[in-house]
Amino acid sequence: MNGVWDVLWLPFAEFAFMRRALVAALALSLSAAPLGVFLTLKRMSLLGDALSHSILPGVALGFWLGGLSLGAMALGGVAAGLAVVALAAAVSRSTVLREDASLAALYLLALALGVVLISRQGTQLDLLHILFGSALGVDREGLLLVAGVASVSLLAMAVLYRGWALEAFDPVFVAAHSPLQRLRPWVWHQSFLLLVVVNLVAGFQTLGTLMAVGLMMLPAVSARLWSERLSAQLPIASLQAALASTSGLLLSYHFDTPSGPTIIGCAGGLYGLSLLLSPRGWWGQRRTRHRTA
Amino acid sequence: MNLTPTTHPLRRLLLTTAALWALALPAAHAQSTPKIAVTASFSILGDIVRVVGLERVQVSSLVGPNEDAHIFEPRPAHAKTVLGSQLVVTNGLGFEPWAAKLIRSAGYHGATVVATQGVQARTMKAEHGHGGSHQEADPHAWQNPLNVVVYARNIAAALSRLDPAGAAQYQANAQAYAQELQALDAWAEQQFGAIPKDKRKVITSHDAFGYLAARYGLTFLAPKGLNTEAEPSAKQVALLIRQIQREKIRAVFIENMNSPALLAQLAQDAGTTVGPSLYADALSAPEQPGATYVQMMRHNIAQLVEGMKRN
Repeated sequence: MNGVWDVLWLPFAEFAFMRRALVAALALSLSAAPLGVFLTLKRMSLLGDALSHSILPGVALGFWLGGLSLGAMALGGVAAGLAVVALAAAVSRSTVLREDASLAALYLLALALGVVLISRQGTQLDLLHILFGSALGVDREGLLLVAGVASVSLLAMAVLYRGWALEAFDPVFVAAHSPLQRLRPWVWHQSFLLLVVVNLVAGFQTLGTLMAVGLMMLPAVSARLWSERLSAQLPIASLQAALASTSGLLLSYHFDTPSGPTIIGCAGGLYGLSLLLSPRGWWGQRRTRHRTA
Repeated sequence: MNLTPTTHPLRRLLLTTAALWALALPAAHAQSTPKIAVTASFSILGDIVRVVGLERVQVSSLVGPNEDAHIFEPRPAHAKTVLGSQLVVTNGLGFEPWAAKLIRSAGYHGATVVATQGVQARTMKAEHGHGGSHQEADPHAWQNPLNVVVYARNIAAALSRLDPAGAAQYQANAQAYAQELQALDAWAEQQFGAIPKDKRKVITSHDAFGYLAARYGLTFLAPKGLNTEAEPSAKQVALLIRQIQREKIRAVFIENMNSPALLAQLAQDAGTTVGPSLYADALSAPEQPGATYVQMMRHNIAQLVEGMKRN
């Protein structure tokens, strides 16, 4: 019993950096994973990846103007991400192009702009290390940022949940019956994207790009295999993200592997298990087929 | 040979004055004798070429001050620089894997020289990606001033082949530089020698200091591997914090182009603070304290000694 306790608890008891990494990852699990479920519902699963590239010019500009300040870089990142999302929405509303096509075009342009901005700064710094965080290097400031963003996101989700759900399942119905009809359905969509951008940027700045996108999407995808009800999928996604964060950190500690990839690997393991064993995965589908046959 | 290799302070003064004139009046000199265009792969090499060639050469460095040679990506302007030069100087030992490709793709057929030729190379464990590691040559040979004597000699020989008229001067310059480097080495030995051997321990975010450590009996501990891209594991960070606390290391330094966040956080957890910048792979900007190779080494050594005194 003592051995189990040592393995699971001692790393966190002894080292502050482990505690900070865990708390930041858990906060992100609470807010980002449910947002990921909505993204998969809206068939925008790749948005996180696109956004991770489009925030680069903003982060670079923030770094340029404010130096190595988390606030300046995060603000710049949010501004760039929102600009790309808003532009994509505007393009898709006024032309025949769909939103994903406009996003693909715009994030590439933003990425290119970001690289140019960075090379203009004279020094060719090791970008990913300077501009983005890493799971083991979470500081007080980063922790406050993630925790603040997670709290605001959870509140917003509670308030906007019904609108988002309706909009995701049946945008036409929302357009016709929205209680706030003057607001237009795209307001729901944009408020949702705003939260996605803010969550991703907070994740990038504290934990790194891989962690932010990985914790948002992988648990969300596997949560959809466990239940068909959205209200169940959201907590299942958070739970899986939290489980992956904790076990990933412990594995990284005991087996000497890089933390970010290990945490995402654990989320991947849960995804694999879900694919095989969940009611809506391989095993479940086989059983239903047998029953109906 | 009227310039015999003796240590005469007056001659060093003359050389320094010549260097100053070369800096101050490049246009006037360009008119009198056509300069040899030399391209160095990175800023430290560029400085050594400048010292050896003085007013007879025009040096450009591909990877400039404060830039990271590990992640350098050549641009068309760099190919143009290579094409426009008569000699390309690289460090070798795998420091600039992009250089051979750049020389080939630019269609450069002029002279090349590998500055570390004849240097006793050290090997070190290199982490590759996640988990894998193997022994490979440590390219940061310039961290031992005595190796730079070899660098200067190689560069002088290469320049002499291109410009036989200046051969005597290149030899003399390299010789004078060798004396300056030996003085630097003696000073470093005396500085580090004043610190008890078990206190000569330093933590830095990039282990580029293998040659320095071997020369002066120092121990460098790093949270990261040889390359900048390897991400550390929680275990490594934990072991390092324990080690700092156990061995009471207060000398913690960030190298000039790596991620400060992780190390600053780690130092704080272990109850110490982070020292000023060390310049490992690149010179600093001209107005900063590591603008030439010798200045860079003096700055690094002084900071390291200062940190170790707190151990």
